[in-house]
Amino acid sequence: MANKLIVAPAPHVQTAQSTACIMRDVVIALLPALVVSTIVFGLDVLRVTAISVAACVVFEFLIQKFFVQGPLTISNWSAVVTGVLLAFNLPASIPWWIVVIGAFVAIAVAKMTFGGLGKNPFNPALVGRVFLLIAYPVQMTTWPLPVNGAFDALSGATPLAAVKHGAAGLDVLGVQDLLLGNMPGSLGEVAALALLVGFAYLLWRRVITWHIPVTILATIAVFAFIVALCSDGSAALLWQLPLFHVLAGGAILGSVFMATDYSTSPMTVRGGVIFAIGIGVITMLIRLWGAYPEGMSFAILMMNACVPLINKYVKPKRFGVK
Amino acid sequence: MEVLLYTILTLCVLGVLAAVILYFVAQKFRVEEDPRIDEVEKMLPGANCGGCGFAGCRGMADALVKRDDISELFCPVGGGDCMKAIAAYLGKAAAEKQPEVATVRCGGTCEKRPRTNEYNGAKSCAVAASLYVGETGCAFGCLGLGDCVAACAFDAIHMNPETGLPEVDPDKCTACGACVKACPKMVIELRKKWPKNRAVYVSCVSKDKGAVVMKACKAGCIGCGKCEKVCAFGAITVENNLAYIDPQKCKLCRKCVNECPTGAIKLVGMDPLPKEPKAPAAPKAAPAAEKAAPKAAPAAEKTAPKVAPASEKAAEKAAAKESPKAAPAATKEPNHES
Amino acid sequence: MKTFPMGGVHPSENKLSSAKPIEVLPLPEVVNIPLAQHIGAPAVAKVAKGDKVLTGQLIAEAGSFMSANIHAPISGTVTAVDMVANGQGLRQMMITIKREGDEWVEGIDRSDKLVKECSLSAQEIIAKIKEAGIVGMGGATFPTHVKLSIPAGKKAECVIINGVECEPYLTSDHRTMLEHGEELVVGVTILMKAVGVEKAYIGIENNKPDAIAHLSKIAAQYKGIEVVPLKVRYPQGGEKQLIAAVTGRQVPPPPALPIDVGAVVCNASTTFAVYQAVQKGMPLIQRVVTITGKNLKEPKNLLTRMGTPVSALIAAAGGLPENAGKVINGGPMMGRAMVNLDSPVTKGCSGITVMSEKDARRHEASQCIKCAKCVAACPMGLEPYFLSKMTQKKNWDELEARMITSCIECGCCQSTCPAYLPLLDWVRLGKQTVMGRIRARAAAAAPKK
Repeated sequence: MANKLIVAPAPHVQTAQSTACIMRDVVIALLPALVVSTIVFGLDVLRVTAISVAACVVFEFLIQKFFVQGPLTISNWSAVVTGVLLAFNLPASIPWWIVVIGAFVAIAVAKMTFGGLGKNPFNPALVGRVFLLIAYPVQMTTWPLPVNGAFDALSGATPLAAVKHGAAGLDVLGVQDLLLGNMPGSLGEVAALALLVGFAYLLWRRVITWHIPVTILATIAVFAFIVALCSDGSAALLWQLPLFHVLAGGAILGSVFMATDYSTSPMTVRGGVIFAIGIGVITMLIRLWGAYPEGMSFAILMMNACVPLINKYVKPKRFGVK
Repeated sequence: MEVLLYTILTLCVLGVLAAVILYFVAQKFRVEEDPRIDEVEKMLPGANCGGCGFAGCRGMADALVKRDDISELFCPVGGGDCMKAIAAYLGKAAAEKQPEVATVRCGGTCEKRPRTNEYNGAKSCAVAASLYVGETGCAFGCLGLGDCVAACAFDAIHMNPETGLPEVDPDKCTACGACVKACPKMVIELRKKWPKNRAVYVSCVSKDKGAVVMKACKAGCIGCGKCEKVCAFGAITVENNLAYIDPQKCKLCRKCVNECPTGAIKLVGMDPLPKEPKAPAAPKAAPAAEKAAPKAAPAAEKTAPKVAPASEKAAEKAAAKESPKAAPAATKEPNHES
Repeated sequence: MKTFPMGGVHPSENKLSSAKPIEVLPLPEVVNIPLAQHIGAPAVAKVAKGDKVLTGQLIAEAGSFMSANIHAPISGTVTAVDMVANGQGLRQMMITIKREGDEWVEGIDRSDKLVKECSLSAQEIIAKIKEAGIVGMGGATFPTHVKLSIPAGKKAECVIINGVECEPYLTSDHRTMLEHGEELVVGVTILMKAVGVEKAYIGIENNKPDAIAHLSKIAAQYKGIEVVPLKVRYPQGGEKQLIAAVTGRQVPPPPALPIDVGAVVCNASTTFAVYQAVQKGMPLIQRVVTITGKNLKEPKNLLTRMGTPVSALIAAAGGLPENAGKVINGGPMMGRAMVNLDSPVTKGCSGITVMSEKDARRHEASQCIKCAKCVAACPMGLEPYFLSKMTQKKNWDELEARMITSCIECGCCQSTCPAYLPLLDWVRLGKQTVMGRIRARAAAAAPKK
């Protein structure tokens, strides 16, 4: 025998699914939506995404290199994920410097100040997005029109905004358009179907479980259904309103890719369900009665704040304890 | 104008109301506490190291104030002066303890104690110790994973990457005992701190038989008992194949150091005795020294700092006050400052 | 298909030797028999240096009720009763015997003849099992006679035979079930009689369809014995997991025992040993050991005398490969890495797994990303990430409140961690410390009463 024997406590096997592997899978799962978005909005999509990813990676590298002690963890792809998700929350027409500022807030403020990956209480991409929304409201709500469609009725407003401000009815877009992303909106939220493909990929790769996304979307649908039931609208509203709220805006992007962010979601399935219901309810409250047409980002950030509390009080079901 | 007036008035009323409520709440929930506890806490070093046995300095201060007999309580960090000051403040008798220093009793360096396997688990001595023998063939010695370093609140103990063993900085060490508790192999001991950080101790804790020790480590104590025989002060005992030098009886005479066949007895801060075929002075001095030992101890301590050569000389001087002939052997030594 | 209610993982099975019939390993020239190779008090040596012993002769007697007899696995001369290094390099008391031929003590039936009938009473059966020094051979090494002695006030309802062998690589139980199925099922009837129950289940994971079919066919001839196929999932062979999988009942947290839900669990190899002890008078002096590993020339199942050096098994399998990095006593999930390959095979050693250096070395740990995979994987419903962190912070009270003592040390959490954190390394330490504190508390409380 050439070498000394290696000794370690059991177990002696480790999963092949490393942190980097998981993060890479998330990026892969986001690719279909990126492709669809590029078809819908043109090459600007790739420009914004590239700037965002590059800025996030560079900021994380610089901060780790010069401000934080410990090994460089840039190779674990988490900054790339943040970069893509941040880009997916921006309109394609956004100036490059706003993207860089958003990336700085996401990485430097929301992630690294708390100690980096796994320690941040709020989803970095969403913090970046909300910061930009408040700091640059005009640029952040100027939505480019899809390059290959004529949507005069919307005139640059997202379907949610158009419906909210009474500029259009719920039938402004067909289900097909909502699914395929033929509408104004941020990069990532327009293509529901592509996002669902990504969701299926994440489930298959066992990166996430179905509980949080499905619960959020179900809560939104049920909430919308009850609202429709209480209103004196037509019978069609009973299915139109839930479907619209599930497919339009960032509901799917948020529930599949943002709410499931490991470090900002609860550690137990039961906790996750509570968390998800909270997100669904807050989203709908903001969408229907709040000042903003879209409430997903705020809902997720608010529930992020509750995660430590949920983790403290919702414990897993112990074996043998009734 | 009227609005302004009303605003100011409302705020004032609110302020007064809140103050009144706060006052009553403070009265109701006031905790009666001896103000001396605060004072004593201030006099303690405030390291919260737990060396006294309490969770922190506050707990120690509380005990110091409340207990009538505080001779059992001792803050190793503050030391005798701190305890005396507190005792004087409280009007009680202070505990007295000689200064101590953490001593790593393992000489199994990478060179002397070959690695036979590679540990790949969590970097913790406690984890490794509960798993197996360790990276070397010695089941007693230092595991080298640094639990003691992590436990030290005073930055006084560090791993030496060359030897793979921890080293204590005696000037920083407060003898709080955190490393002693952290070490699962009980390698570290608090030993009497001599002036100028001098020390003589058995740097091994292996209770294995000599043959087993020799196979695993070239610097281990094999329990041969030579040191025990040469010690004039009865300070060395050999039990379970392991020699131990009682720091209270040892006079730093260093005879044992030369006797040890494996070099397991470590000498710090002093030059070793010159190697002589047989020390003629030793047998003669032995009976006298043994008799004088109890008395000589304080004397040796007092004189040691002043006398430059090793304190063995001081000890022998004290022992040989009546028989001056014993001294010359020691005076030949080089004048050495550590 | 049935399985346990929560957590669990499915590591690569790697049952390389499942098709290899049991071979008899040539007798070793020297054996070392540890006096402590079971849970409980060490046995007390009954022989001294220079004594001649026969195969099957009692050489060490159970030190207390919670202990087990030890018999000579070969005949020869006792050359030492002294401290010898075990697989972990720690020295423990062992009896060393140098072999001279293979002479057996009288009264042991070594033929293959199947003896079905057993006319002994429950007490007599348990006495025979105790006499034979049988302990749990799945690795836990709990003395079987203690397990079968139902405490007053408790009632057993069923016997569950553990033929799960969920540990990757190992196949010794599998081969025993296939090659000694008839005897094993007779062993089941003996166990049922010993604890006074009418019902027995044999739990087998469905990656062993041949064993399920074979035992089902045999069990059909007996009343009350049912083979239960189980979904492949680690750690199904854990006692509590197996009971939950088979009966649906969950054993409450410690100090509750399986008997509190009416179950007595016995490993398949142990059941075969019970048959041999009761029907043939054979003490536990040999067992089937799987010697396996991806780089071994010939993974095998070897009928090995206790005390045989592990190196002899490795030699029988073609020698230690050039790239060997780790030798594990047991399987890769719960086995113990060895430093001393001359250490002996003991009653609890179901296999020796050799891993290449590449497979053996852990990936470098990074930071926790709070993915909660460890929580999802924990079959006891614990929070390994939290327990690991609190152990490092020495917050023993919090650990006790979060039920660290329920941990079965299966390793699911650590094997599933994408950050490659040594979760179980810490949790195990925390569990030991907390259990020590609980014992100390009990000891402090005891004199007052």
